[in-house]
Amino acid sequence: MTRKRRRLLVLLASLAGLGTATGLALSAFSGSIVFFVTPTDLVAKPPADGRLVRLGGLVQQGSVVHAVVNGRPVVSFRVTDGHDSVPVSFTGILPGLFRQGQGVVVQGRLAPGGTFRAEQVLAKHDSAYMPKSVVAALKKRGLWNPNAGPPPPPATWDTMRIPKQSGG
Amino acid sequence: MIPELGNFALALACCIAATQAVLLLLGAQGREVRLMAMAPGLAFGQLIAIGASFAALAWSNAVSDFSVRNVAEFSQSQAPLFYKVTGTWGNHDGSILLWCLVLAICGAAVGAFGSNLPASLRARVIGVLGAVAAGFLLFALTASNPFTRIWPPPMQGQGMNPLLQDPALAIHPPILYLGYVGFSVPFAFAIAALLEGRIDAAWGRWVRPWALTSWCFLTAGIALGSWWAYYDLGWGGFWFWDPVENSSLLPWLTGTALIHSAIVVEKRESLKTWTVLLAIVTFSLSLSGTFLTRSGILNSVHAFAVAPTRGLFILALLGLVMVPSLLLFALRAPVLAPAGLFAVLSREGAIVLNNILLCSIAAVVFTGTLYPPFAALLAGEQLSVGAPFFNSTVLPLAVPLVLAMSIGPALSWKRAELFPAFLRLWWAALAAAAVGIVAALGWHGLAALGFAGAAWLILGALADIAQRIRLFRIRFSESFARLAGLPLGAIGAAVAHAGLGVTIAGIAGMTLASQRVVFLHPGQSTDFAGYRWTLQSLDRVPGPDFVSRVASLEASRNGRTVAVLHPADRKFPVQGTAVTDTAIRTNLLVDLYSALGNVRNGGAEVRLRYDPLAPWIWLGAVVMALGGGLSLADRRLRVGAPARRGARVPV
Repeated sequence: MTRKRRRLLVLLASLAGLGTATGLALSAFSGSIVFFVTPTDLVAKPPADGRLVRLGGLVQQGSVVHAVVNGRPVVSFRVTDGHDSVPVSFTGILPGLFRQGQGVVVQGRLAPGGTFRAEQVLAKHDSAYMPKSVVAALKKRGLWNPNAGPPPPPATWDTMRIPKQSGG
Repeated sequence: MIPELGNFALALACCIAATQAVLLLLGAQGREVRLMAMAPGLAFGQLIAIGASFAALAWSNAVSDFSVRNVAEFSQSQAPLFYKVTGTWGNHDGSILLWCLVLAICGAAVGAFGSNLPASLRARVIGVLGAVAAGFLLFALTASNPFTRIWPPPMQGQGMNPLLQDPALAIHPPILYLGYVGFSVPFAFAIAALLEGRIDAAWGRWVRPWALTSWCFLTAGIALGSWWAYYDLGWGGFWFWDPVENSSLLPWLTGTALIHSAIVVEKRESLKTWTVLLAIVTFSLSLSGTFLTRSGILNSVHAFAVAPTRGLFILALLGLVMVPSLLLFALRAPVLAPAGLFAVLSREGAIVLNNILLCSIAAVVFTGTLYPPFAALLAGEQLSVGAPFFNSTVLPLAVPLVLAMSIGPALSWKRAELFPAFLRLWWAALAAAAVGIVAALGWHGLAALGFAGAAWLILGALADIAQRIRLFRIRFSESFARLAGLPLGAIGAAVAHAGLGVTIAGIAGMTLASQRVVFLHPGQSTDFAGYRWTLQSLDRVPGPDFVSRVASLEASRNGRTVAVLHPADRKFPVQGTAVTDTAIRTNLLVDLYSALGNVRNGGAEVRLRYDPLAPWIWLGAVVMALGGGLSLADRRLRVGAPARRGARVPV
């Protein structure tokens, strides 16, 4: 086999490898990208049936209710961005840093009744931390301009009441 | 006083590193023998300076000198001495200093063990290492100086993140850094070879031990991190496809490709340009692995909070390392004349396939990891790419890789036939297929695929050794004598391949894991995974700076107690954080896993898991690293060892 021919073969094999990789990546992308939404987005434009999304916002003060269903812990709470709020229900163990009035990101699907069924609740940082996506949500709703200074302390976030209460 | 000395030593190290880069690279260019001879001395000098600086920071941490901002922010006086010292690298500034220290160790190691290198090559390697070190030391000095003082000093430090107070996590960064930074040496060798315009078999022989050592540390470091995530985070997973995990996997993938293609350079003087490119890419990925995540560009659990200016500095440094080396590669690579022709079906061909597949996997992982920040930057779209993406892209590429892994070593160099390979491996293939069919009938397709692949790898490695010692074809004692005489490199390769098999078996076992979250009051019990789990008691235990709640959970089978687990959680009021202590009972075949959730109304949420073969995941990684270590001990690679042939002259 000549050097040229071998080089061509290696090139073809590499292209095949990269091509497969690209194909796999593209096909997987369409199905498994998880978009980040705010409660307002979710209320205004519910995602196509049962699509996995990440919902970011603050846990609304006084909305957390614990219950035990069939021996399993079920917690329900509302996630708000100060404009709209969405009821969330979650079966499982909440992270130790889950607090009312603090930032939270929940991953899950919107159920037909308008309740967001969370499969995962992310609040795994220390109390001073604000998840990037929560910052984005606050900015998106115009509640906090990062250039204007530090975010309002978590205790006062609760005063960013929801002007328009949505059903659920 | 001590912190100032540390700061001075840091500045000194930076100067020495810069001197090292300029003098040695110029000296090698102009063939100045005296300049080139300074290489080991400069490398040792840099190591001593950084060592002193690091010791100063560790000292400030150990004596809780809160006038040093770094100590005040991340340490506190009541912490045990062990965690005070490990806390040195538990934050951004300290971890950068550790990174520089490891880099200096690498440079000094080249100086110490490189006496058999040609003088100009050694000078260039140490010079390139010096250039990289100078950049990062400058960064440590200006943008993230750990020795900055504050006035007035606080009475008490803010304390370390309790999550980091764990023995495994304390040794995780140094081991991982040894892996990451170790790849700087193959990188420096690659750049030096491009400058010299010459690569031969000897180059491959010099580079491989460095690449192999780093690979072993990286393997161990990744496994340690994954094990920590399993038992400490309390979610029960072992790999989350988190950006930081991915960025440690990326150099591992290309590093694995590198240690294989370096064999081809050494034995056949082929694939030279490709190996050089792999060395550059692997170190670049190591750099981005350490720093991209630290720059706040990737949103992750691991990211330390950092100022945006630092992120820019890091990006600039990354560019300064990558762009010139890739440019140099583009300019000089054509000079490296290829030698050693080979047929497509040959050991070299198999290694090329291995490289293509590994790099394809690296490409999809890279895409998935960097797509979210790019989408946020370009389209302003907030999104995340989760585990399903990685699972569905990596798996199809891993299947042919595993298939080829057992066949490759059965092929001969240069030109091979499939039939002899088939004769060696048919029983392994048959057994793997049988395992797969049994698993498919018992469980599901994915587990079957995993178990079949694992059996194929482990048996394939055995078949390789069996063939080499002609097991069952000659007398057993002769086979044993052959085994003792086998080159350690061959045994190491088989062990490492089998180790991946063990890991894959563990991952396949984890696809069969089950979990349940229940709410129990003391005295209540639940049936799960064939066991009866009873919450016996729930106690409050105060600790030095935390309050912990400890549950006693009995797992029994047919009325017989199998284990009493004590999952706990610790709440730290000062830091405002909480840590979960999982309780795991393992018999190496199955893990009974329990984690304590929230406690309310006298009852507790408990997460129960039944994880078959979970320990095999990390056990396999240890076996892989061990295989690498065995190869490293091979006489052929031992740095400075005289060649076996002609070493002894009969008198």
